[in-house]
Amino acid sequence: MAKFSLPANSRVTDGVTHRAEGGGNIKRFKVYRWDPDSGENPRLDTYEVDMGSCGPMVLDALIKIKNEIDPTLTFRRSCREGICGSCAMNIDGQNTLACTKGIDEIKGDVRIYPLPSMAVVKDLIPDLTHFYAQYASIQPWMKTQSPAPPDHERLQSKEDRAELDGLYECILCACCSTSCPSYWWNPDRYLGPAVLLQAYRWIADSRDEATGERLDELEDPFKLYRCHTIMNCTSVCPKGLNPAKAIAEIKKLMVERR
Amino acid sequence: MQSDNRPLSPHLQIYRLPFTALTSISHRISGVLLCVGALVLVYWLTALAGGPRSYATANAVLGNGFVQLLMFVWTFVLFYHLCNGIRHLFWDAGYGFELETARKSGMAAIVAAGVLTLVAWIIALSV
Repeated sequence: MAKFSLPANSRVTDGVTHRAEGGGNIKRFKVYRWDPDSGENPRLDTYEVDMGSCGPMVLDALIKIKNEIDPTLTFRRSCREGICGSCAMNIDGQNTLACTKGIDEIKGDVRIYPLPSMAVVKDLIPDLTHFYAQYASIQPWMKTQSPAPPDHERLQSKEDRAELDGLYECILCACCSTSCPSYWWNPDRYLGPAVLLQAYRWIADSRDEATGERLDELEDPFKLYRCHTIMNCTSVCPKGLNPAKAIAEIKKLMVERR
Repeated sequence: MQSDNRPLSPHLQIYRLPFTALTSISHRISGVLLCVGALVLVYWLTALAGGPRSYATANAVLGNGFVQLLMFVWTFVLFYHLCNGIRHLFWDAGYGFELETARKSGMAAIVAAGVLTLVAWIIALSV
């Protein structure tokens, strides 16, 4: 049975407010904080940031807060251009990458939480161990039986290659999986949209020769069929991909091979 | 790295559910309400089988204004579940996954359910 409320140690309390000195164009950022060493519940701290001296993206504001206001604020970031997926978090109620989310897209205070329904390591950093283990479980590499051609790579027609468009671009940021209520309620048994899209990426690959075994692995009431087409995944994907459609394609193949 | 005291990050409490998620949860809720509505139908059929007196009692109960209002809501719920179910059939066949299409089909299901409800009640009241 799904647990809709948060455990007692996870309820978010009011935090401290860091006021900006002087006036200017002030934007308030309300940020989820949790310190593993404190033994206290998570809290929501407020930071007032002068937009006049801040970059345009939410990640710019987070970096500015860390640099100038509160160096204890902890978050992941790397490429700052939407290709690494490190800064995935819940901003203004929906999951996205902080580096590609414009501050001006958000009316009022900017609320920032870690990716939903995940164990928190610290502040905005979720524990992705289980997510990566699920990714490993679908064996995300090309599997072949036939010998490789001796003098060239395994080739693909342009049409076969086009089947991978909309799949290979996935950066595994986990925005989609952690936006999915089915994944919230069954994270241990449902694979979630990101991992299923990746599974389909190998199923759809004309060079892969393990399609049958891959489908066998997914033929499970929980691994695949907890998807109820809620479409939160597709609505949040920062790369504009469509995990819901990829999952539907897997379900179709399940029926077609009967 | 595993630590038992790690909090669970907020989910339902903070998530701004998109329109498609709202049509999804209302599909589920409408399914539950249909089960309750089916009990009313069973009551009516049982009363009918019980003879003229029990049937007259049932008709009096179901003819009550408040119960009629509930039946109106139930009719909408029935048609919404039907229309949204057809939407799910298209999804099962692999169609309609673009966000804009999914939004429009959800709106269409709601509007169609409203129209069908009104038509059903106009027919019911005019017979």
